[in-house]
Amino acid sequence: MSVTFARAETGQKLRLSRGPWVTILSVVGFVLVWYITAEIAQSRLLPGPVVVLQYIYEETMQGVLPAELGITLWRVVASFVVAMVIGSALGLAMGEMPALNRVLDPWLIVLLNLPALVIIILAYVWFGLNEAAAIGAVALNKIPNVVVTLREGARALDPDLDDMARAYRMTRWSKFRNVTLPQLQPYFAAASRSGIALIWKIVLVVELLGRPNGVGFELQLNFQLFNVTAILGYTLAFVAIMLAIEYLLVQPLERYSTRWRNKPV
Amino acid sequence: MGADGTELTAIRDFTLELKPESMTVLMGPSGCGKTTLLRIIAHLDDRFIGEVEFPSDARIGFMFQEPRLLPWRTVKENIELVAAPGFTERDLDRLAHAVGIADMLPRYPQELSLGLARRVALARAFSTRPDLLLLDEPFVSLDEKTADRLRRLLLEVWSERPTTALLVTHNAREAIQLADQLVLLAPRPTHVLAVETIDIPQGERDPKTIDKIHADLLKRYPGNFSSL
Repeated sequence: MSVTFARAETGQKLRLSRGPWVTILSVVGFVLVWYITAEIAQSRLLPGPVVVLQYIYEETMQGVLPAELGITLWRVVASFVVAMVIGSALGLAMGEMPALNRVLDPWLIVLLNLPALVIIILAYVWFGLNEAAAIGAVALNKIPNVVVTLREGARALDPDLDDMARAYRMTRWSKFRNVTLPQLQPYFAAASRSGIALIWKIVLVVELLGRPNGVGFELQLNFQLFNVTAILGYTLAFVAIMLAIEYLLVQPLERYSTRWRNKPV
Repeated sequence: MGADGTELTAIRDFTLELKPESMTVLMGPSGCGKTTLLRIIAHLDDRFIGEVEFPSDARIGFMFQEPRLLPWRTVKENIELVAAPGFTERDLDRLAHAVGIADMLPRYPQELSLGLARRVALARAFSTRPDLLLLDEPFVSLDEKTADRLRRLLLEVWSERPTTALLVTHNAREAIQLADQLVLLAPRPTHVLAVETIDIPQGERDPKTIDKIHADLLKRYPGNFSSL
């Protein structure tokens, strides 16, 4: 009797937390608190959600906001690709070659601990205030994380499956595609997950310090004007885009690549 | 390489000749280098010094102690990935029917029981149309009934697709049931204790015959056949 009861209860809990309702409620609650606080404060420094949404709408109609968002997004994508490609290659090589790992490991630790700001400033000073320096600096900030994650992945490769592939004389490419890559998939997912979040924050800093456009540039401009509405507007718009990427691109992709794991046993 | 990372010599001065299209069974206690031997023959062991008169580009079918299927590929893909060139959909179908996994082809390995996964591994081993079939205790950790059924299955599939086969086991009954040539091994460093030929065709070895052969071998090698 008690067992049936407990099962019914967890079933209900699951249903509640599974649906989108909790998420929606949470967002609505936040907007409400924001709205009330802004109403009470009645200050130019804390505009309410309506004012901010209006700003986003107007800037979008004028075409300024989409253009700036587009430029920033392009930089995010470019840095992400560069960081993932270089970081993965290095990480895999270091995971499989202990000698290389010993040579590069100290520098990896240095890079991991070097503040993003230092890398950005040095990149601008040495390579000029240009696009390549900006994207390179962002990528360089992310590369050590990718290396560490993929190195772990390379070390965790199953030697038994490797034996199987060799016994069956699989070609290099076939082995890479069918045996190695699927094992690395969770590590790629982890690296790109944390990568996107980190990269877009650093891209804003890079833009703020030395680019004539992009969300970061707009933030700096409006900081000088004390235009909090614009700052919140740009932030919200970009967060919305990143959320869309997460839910419409990253998560479906992950579900697709791990579909073999979700099958009921 | 020992379990603690130290190097050790598992096998020394070992010679073995296989007759074409026969089943040779290597039998010996656990840890006597049987697996290492198979790995050397399959060219998987890089630290081996010696000679394997077997071209490294010959086709091998290998059944490991575990099924070792790729969990992210379906049963069908697992087989097709390593199948011999010219292995058609029809070949796959016939092989799948022969080992009883025809319904499992679109499934993923983790949906299968261990017994079924072993059948897939068996099908995969034959799908390469191997010049040499290596079987490393392929039926270990199955209940006796399932293991027995799989052994019969192996014999069935093998007699239809004859190839030189080398099976490793520590199970005397399994060895007697399957072997044309039975090689008794002694451990550390591994060496051949005796080679016995069993002339009765595998298909005619019922439990009674196996018991008789076993009793005979037990008399001559009491140390090797006591554990049945």
